[in-house]
Amino acid sequence: MTYLAITDLQKHYDSYHALRGINLSITEGEFVVFVGPSGCGKSTLLRTIAGLESSTGGSIELDGRDITEVASSKRDLAMVFQSYALYPHMTVADNLSFALRLAKVSDAEIKEKVRSVSASLQLDALLERKPKELSGGQRQRVAIGRAIVRQPKVFLFDEPLSNLDAALRVQMRLELARLHKKLGTTMIYVTHDQVEAMTLADRVVILNAGQIEQVGTPLELYRQPNSRFVAEFIGTPKMNLIAANKIVRHEDNLAIELLGQQILFPANRLKGPLPDSVVVGIRPEHMTLVEEGGDLSGRIELVEHLGSEAYAHLQLSSDQTIIIKAPARTELKDGQEVSLKIDISEIILFNENDRVISVIPEEA
Amino acid sequence: MKRSITRLLMAPSVIMLLVWMIIPLSMTIYFSTIRYNLLYPGQNNFVGLMNFEFFITDPGFIPAVSNTLILLLSVLIITVVLGVMLSALIDKPFFGQGIVRVLLISPFFIMPTVNALIWKNMMMNPVYGIFAWISESLGFEPIDWLSSYPLVSIIIMVSWQWLPFAILVFVTALQSQDTEQKEAAQMDGATGLHIFRYLTIPHLARPIAVVVMIETIFLLAVFAEIFVSTGGGPGYDSTNLAYLIYNQALLQYDVGVASAGGLFAVLLANIVAFFLIRAVGKNLTV
Repeated sequence: MTYLAITDLQKHYDSYHALRGINLSITEGEFVVFVGPSGCGKSTLLRTIAGLESSTGGSIELDGRDITEVASSKRDLAMVFQSYALYPHMTVADNLSFALRLAKVSDAEIKEKVRSVSASLQLDALLERKPKELSGGQRQRVAIGRAIVRQPKVFLFDEPLSNLDAALRVQMRLELARLHKKLGTTMIYVTHDQVEAMTLADRVVILNAGQIEQVGTPLELYRQPNSRFVAEFIGTPKMNLIAANKIVRHEDNLAIELLGQQILFPANRLKGPLPDSVVVGIRPEHMTLVEEGGDLSGRIELVEHLGSEAYAHLQLSSDQTIIIKAPARTELKDGQEVSLKIDISEIILFNENDRVISVIPEEA
Repeated sequence: MKRSITRLLMAPSVIMLLVWMIIPLSMTIYFSTIRYNLLYPGQNNFVGLMNFEFFITDPGFIPAVSNTLILLLSVLIITVVLGVMLSALIDKPFFGQGIVRVLLISPFFIMPTVNALIWKNMMMNPVYGIFAWISESLGFEPIDWLSSYPLVSIIIMVSWQWLPFAILVFVTALQSQDTEQKEAAQMDGATGLHIFRYLTIPHLARPIAVVVMIETIFLLAVFAEIFVSTGGGPGYDSTNLAYLIYNQALLQYDVGVASAGGLFAVLLANIVAFFLIRAVGKNLTV
């Protein structure tokens, strides 16, 4: 089943440990996205898979063949770079056919492949142009076309959309998703944009400081993050985190005291023993504003209107603010005192080491 | 009103530049049409195009023109080809890169006369030169470079002098080559040679054009190396136009013919520049 297997991959630079034991297996046809903050090692990992960086430990196996020491030109991978890296003095057609010409494919076959790829990416009219005569989106499509035309085993994308403007990025994201559906080739995609990660991926790999923090489908990561890092990284706006003052068992419930008010969490959902201290994570979309008798109350500091919805920043105490999602045409005013209700079934508890406290998911 | 003021303010520098250019040029033209031999002062009568005729029918004229062109083309080819290869070789980081670069650039800082003396006395001398020592230790007869291969010797000296300039330009250009393009080519299955052929050479097209143009300007007027080493000989074997003009003016005291030669050199430079700019100038617009 495993198509690309990465085992205990290590990468040391002179004084910097960039990859600290990466283990990952990818099945054929999967769309895997590496995501994480700057400097987490996601690009290094991709470049190591590509063979552009040598690893200092561990192994990479592709389709049953150990490629750890194989030159990148012999790995049968294609990569789309952030800067597109088109060959500036070649026409679009020459850019597309470069790899085929090096591989000594026959002229007729090259012509046919270039034709079909350029048709599918709407590059037909641009074949005789040079890269500098193209717009950003067109260059992007040429870069993708250059990768597709070779029919490699795996596509590697290194932040391919980050140089495009917002509207074009959304459009190219969609085209990439369609492309993956059509070709069914394994794709590995690096981004720092969690929206790209969530929308494109079959599976998301979250990296942090050279290690894999969590691997899962986008929804798994959203619903069941296994650490505070993942919880905060996935979701816009960020998850709110409130440290509990006290936690006690209260009959069938755990009474968690948050800023002087109590919320009750069903004790039977807890898998392990009663933790000593917890941090409660609540997403902005899992709270509702109520007239009175809510779980928390505070004063509105600021309302951000986005048109389709609004985000209210609430000051709960002198050093705790949270964000809550409100309906679009909210009447909320700055400085207004409000009360809010937490959807208990959606809260996530973290222990003092920032790991999640495992709970039995509530029956839907 | 405003225009006339700007013109007025610009006038001094424009007039200065014009004078700077026009006076020497018109004097050269004037001298080329009169009899002007330092051995016969006072006999400066108008002779029409006779000086040109003398210069062109001089036995040294044909060799000088061909030597000038051979010297120019050989040095251009040597410095560009070797320059590109050496620059590509020292582009990747290696131990001692800084020192190697400085050593490669340093001949450029040596003045032409000193350069020629080094080659004449330390390298090519048939008795105690390094080349003689090498041939002797291999059991061959030492070669007297300057008298047996005078033009080749001059070409070697001038190439040695100008190779650093080419390397300097190419190394800088290579540093601006996009690494992602090279990586993309690598992913596309390109070997180092492919990358050199399909990415590096096209990337260097413009720097090569610049090197060719600048070197052309200086190589048409090579003088010191010839003066110091071969003295244009034996015969006219290493005489180029610049040296022939010097010969006319200061050895034969004929300023008129020398001026005619100077004007011919201007003409030749323009012809060469025309073809070179046509050949390499295309790259400048890419």
